[in-house]
Amino acid sequence: MATFFNNALENLRATQVWKSIFRRGPAITNRTRSVAVFGNLFLHWLPVKVREKSLRVRAAYYLGSLSLLLFIILVVTGVLLMFYYHPAVPNAYHDMKDLRFVVSNGVFLRNMHRIGAHLMVLLVFWHMFHVFYRGGYKPPHEFNWVVGVVLLLLTLFLSYTGYLLPWDQLAFWAVTVGTNIISAMPIIGGKVRFVALGGNIVGENALLRFYVLHVVILPLLAFFFIGVHFWRVQKDGGLTVRSKDDDGKK
Amino acid sequence: MTEKNKIESGFSSDAEKEPRRIVFITRNTSAKVVDERGPKLMTYPHLLVREAIVFEVLIIAMVLIALFWDAPLEQLANPLLTPNPAKAPWYFLGLQELLHFFPPFVAGILIPTMVVVALIVIPYFHVNVEGKPLWGENRSKRLGIVIGVLVPLLIVLVVFDAWTIIVPTALVAALLLASYQSKATSGWMGALRTKPLSWWVMTWFIATAVCLTVVGTFFRGPGWSWVWPWGTHAG
Repeated sequence: MATFFNNALENLRATQVWKSIFRRGPAITNRTRSVAVFGNLFLHWLPVKVREKSLRVRAAYYLGSLSLLLFIILVVTGVLLMFYYHPAVPNAYHDMKDLRFVVSNGVFLRNMHRIGAHLMVLLVFWHMFHVFYRGGYKPPHEFNWVVGVVLLLLTLFLSYTGYLLPWDQLAFWAVTVGTNIISAMPIIGGKVRFVALGGNIVGENALLRFYVLHVVILPLLAFFFIGVHFWRVQKDGGLTVRSKDDDGKK
Repeated sequence: MTEKNKIESGFSSDAEKEPRRIVFITRNTSAKVVDERGPKLMTYPHLLVREAIVFEVLIIAMVLIALFWDAPLEQLANPLLTPNPAKAPWYFLGLQELLHFFPPFVAGILIPTMVVVALIVIPYFHVNVEGKPLWGENRSKRLGIVIGVLVPLLIVLVVFDAWTIIVPTALVAALLLASYQSKATSGWMGALRTKPLSWWVMTWFIATAVCLTVVGTFFRGPGWSWVWPWGTHAG
């Protein structure tokens, strides 16, 4: 059975259609395997070869890749949620009720988005601390560390702007507590808070502003910086491999 | 699997054949390989297969959690009805705990700004890049500086009664001073003795941040008073 599928797959890979899509034949030689990476838009930011040591789980726990995966999951579930959501008071809250009681799998959709958001904050923090303890910020990686700090802030802002959108007590007061802190800025604090909320209290304007930030501006910025971040990993010579990784541990 | 699929892809690369700068030759010496970071494997399939597996594991875990743990939804937002306590999202509860001890400008603006700036400048300081053990050269002079920083810091924390910061700070400080005294060359104390300044500062930061966040999340109730997560008030 396995041979049958292998043969079928192999025949498929040899067809003109397959080759026209993937720009290569079957990836069974080192040359075609290289083409499989650098000839593919979605993989070209990866190096063609990776160090065996950097493949070990302990090298990075795949935290960067997993953060990217979470970002993708959040974009997909987020776009689906947008079909059911109106950024208005009190419609936003009623849409949450609809997701729970009317929309098929609406609860599951919202749960996935929420868990993804919390996990992403966790993993991005963990990623940063892990990179620090491995010395991953050292030259030539120093600028990519700074890009990483920007991505951490973007992750926090993304999560925080999304927190307001359900427009329930939890959302309203969490954002009220947070934005009150802005007022503590000397001189411009009150004005900055007014700009962030579109008013003096967390109201309809604040909901719309947080919505636009959450679904357009911050995701676009994150997309841009994630691109730079991964591209720089390759250009700066891959993951940091330390000499003490030699000890043969997995 | 047919015969032609059995081409070995992995360890065929070796340092001497790669078109990278892997040797330098100085006068009167022979060529020396300086790259000791080990062999390389093809990204396709070795890295991609691993990533696919990890991705699937995460997605399965998320689906399982999403099936059994529903996102909370409270009553419609009501600006006239303030819950007690009103809490920010968990990742800001460390800051909210700070607000309990320090004036809003210090806890909400000054400290977060300093943390972000500190994170950004880490790779641009020579001492962090070199990463030499803190208790290496000039150790008695450095001990003086460390104590000169620690004591005023602890005094400020005591004045502000910020004991959820004092506890992790004191713990890390105790380890720091113990590693100064210790003569161990192996084990965890031996490892601590080799740690650079940046390691100590980051470890102190993480210990404090985790302590503040956990306390803010689980141990704070009405009026930001101390409560136990299992529901009894500590008064």
